[in-house]
Amino acid sequence: MTIKKIFIAASLALSVAAAAYAEEQKAPAAGAAPAMSAPAAQGAPAATATAPAPNAAASVATPAPAAPAPAKRELKTNKTITIGMFMIIIAITMGVVVWAAKQTKSAADFYAAGGGITGTQNGWAIAGDYMSAASFLGISGLISLYGYDGFMYSVGWLVAYITVLLIVAEPCRNAGKYTLGDILSFRTSPKPVRAFAAISTVAVSTFYLTAQMVGAGKLMALLVGIPYKMSIIGVGILMVGYVVFGGMVATTWVQIIKAGLLMSGAFLLSFLVMVKAGFNPIGFFSTIVSSPDIQDHVSKLVLKDGVILSGMDAGQRFLEPGLYLKNPLDQISLGMALVLGTAGMPHILMRFFTVPTAQAARKSVIIAMFIIGGFYILTTLLGFGAAIHLTPQGITSVDPGGNMATLMLAQQMGADIAPVIGDLFLAFLCAVAFATILAVVSGLVLAASAAIAHDIYVNVIKDGHADQHEQVFAARVTSFVVGACGIMIGLAAEKQNVAHLVALAFAVAASGNLPVVILSLFWRKFNTGGVISGLLVGTIASIGLVMVSPNMTYPKVVAAGAKKVVAAMEKKQAALPAGQTLAEKDAKALAKAKVDAQQDGTSIVGLDKPLFTLKNPGIISIPLGFMAAILGALAFPNRRSEEMFDEVYVRQNTGLGMAKAVEH
Amino acid sequence: MAERQYDWKAIAKNPKFVELHHKKTAFLFGWWIFSCVYYFLLPIGAAYTPGIFKVKMIGVINFGYVFALSQFFVSWGIALYYSHVANKDFDRLTRELIDELHL
Repeated sequence: MTIKKIFIAASLALSVAAAAYAEEQKAPAAGAAPAMSAPAAQGAPAATATAPAPNAAASVATPAPAAPAPAKRELKTNKTITIGMFMIIIAITMGVVVWAAKQTKSAADFYAAGGGITGTQNGWAIAGDYMSAASFLGISGLISLYGYDGFMYSVGWLVAYITVLLIVAEPCRNAGKYTLGDILSFRTSPKPVRAFAAISTVAVSTFYLTAQMVGAGKLMALLVGIPYKMSIIGVGILMVGYVVFGGMVATTWVQIIKAGLLMSGAFLLSFLVMVKAGFNPIGFFSTIVSSPDIQDHVSKLVLKDGVILSGMDAGQRFLEPGLYLKNPLDQISLGMALVLGTAGMPHILMRFFTVPTAQAARKSVIIAMFIIGGFYILTTLLGFGAAIHLTPQGITSVDPGGNMATLMLAQQMGADIAPVIGDLFLAFLCAVAFATILAVVSGLVLAASAAIAHDIYVNVIKDGHADQHEQVFAARVTSFVVGACGIMIGLAAEKQNVAHLVALAFAVAASGNLPVVILSLFWRKFNTGGVISGLLVGTIASIGLVMVSPNMTYPKVVAAGAKKVVAAMEKKQAALPAGQTLAEKDAKALAKAKVDAQQDGTSIVGLDKPLFTLKNPGIISIPLGFMAAILGALAFPNRRSEEMFDEVYVRQNTGLGMAKAVEH
Repeated sequence: MAERQYDWKAIAKNPKFVELHHKKTAFLFGWWIFSCVYYFLLPIGAAYTPGIFKVKMIGVINFGYVFALSQFFVSWGIALYYSHVANKDFDRLTRELIDELHL
């Protein structure tokens, strides 16, 4: 009974939180509506060229300067070709779904593809599940603007797989069945443990899914001019379709196809970049250092920190750390979340249940590591290539965050051969981005619905007494509901800053899930008390720290910053000869700062300024999660859990008595 | 599916299993800690000893770049080495254990 109460209380809390979150959107959304309709009214062709338009309100206020800046670049996609490519991807994946639906008969088929995925296939699928549009477009963008720091940032995403390979992959294959709850509930009280494991899985998946959905909507709007809401609904319908009808088989193949497309795109583009560099890596780096545009860009970047650099020194600085990642503790904190969090991500863990043996699980991680690592090394070439051929100034004029660098590079490299090839290549990479989004969100929806349907419905509510037909039905209904919620959250979160949600998802996985997984598999004294306190403290600590971190918006801090900008700009204006006005960019900044300076109030949790100075909570929340798990286990010792350790330990090492994914 | 009954306690005390367990634990946690230390040297070094990272090694390519690139090869190296040892030793020990138990 108590378990039901706990569960009801938790779901109530979650829905209240969701409602509060949805409320949050209304105010800014209403305020921004007129601003959004303004660029749309200028006609469709212009829509693709307008980079993310949070400044749209400001641009209306500027006194229309005549000529645009000469560095202004545009990213124009050929809509016919691009939409054609999207259609091809949709058609292929739909074909996969129809084929997969025929083989999805049992729960094992739905959640784990009947254990019938080979090591190699799973390796590609892991890579496809893991590399989001953020790594595809974002990291090369960071490299193109900040050089070395972007490259350094990418390293942690690969190193994370050492933890997956050495600590979790094989034991999970041997000891689990479909979900995180299966691993954790082996020698503990199954019901409360499953309920909490499911809540944590849903939390991690929701954070990650929200970031992906919002990113997808904005990307589609930018690339092919499909309005944000339409994009979210379109992506959502496809994702629900893959998961509901095709289950794990379809999701796996969508991920494999995506990984293949992504690698071919990255490989082809880097090949073109290397052809231009004459396959001479040393010459390639010398070109970076001696590029006047990069030198100019770097001198402006370091000037903000009060450092004066120019010429070759500035160029060389591009290859040195510290242009972007300025807070070392934050970096270490993020590194910890990546290295430990990847191994606690439910959608990654779930992939190990699709292979038949521990050997196949091992092989799949190694293959995934070569694909992912290879991809990040190619990304360096793309990022530096973009910096050389497009110039950082050109890249920021399209998108200040540099997210369009890879796509612009594809168009230019192709167009250097023939204009139509530029369009084709750009369209191909847009399609890759599209496939990337679909593959990642499908994996997340599947993981979240497995937690709800398998852990909560089948094992908590129905006590494990549900036949195959009922289990598959429950899984499909849940996937549909989870997907629908994903679409609604995506629609509601349009105006929210969601960038920190990815880091938050990894932090929760690293602080909540991973400690309890490791301790369950390797520590004799671990038990129910430990699992619950570890999951609760790890999850709440990470979310709580982010709520009081600089990731949230602090109106008073924004206003203080804006006042400084206003003062600086007015000084600049005063220094100008009479009759002359500020440049377009400065005028825009002034208008925006004047609006921002009026802001007042507190952050979501009622703070004037951040309590916790790091953006990534891992460095505090991970030790807290481990400590809570250990103390919780010691506080509530359980003989049965200790006695069953031999069984868990022998099983996870040898695979004896492994829950065969194929059951009839 | 009829679950086979195993005497887990007896298997856990089997000398073959104990050997497997010792070898595996030492290998896995040892290399895991090594990879973590090696990885965290990158952000820590970049932040606190930027001077070393700026030392030019090949043309304009500096130590920082080579070190970051080496992270990829070190990770791959550990993965391949683990795969080699696991296929050769751990899997063999597991097979021998299972044979011995007549399973």
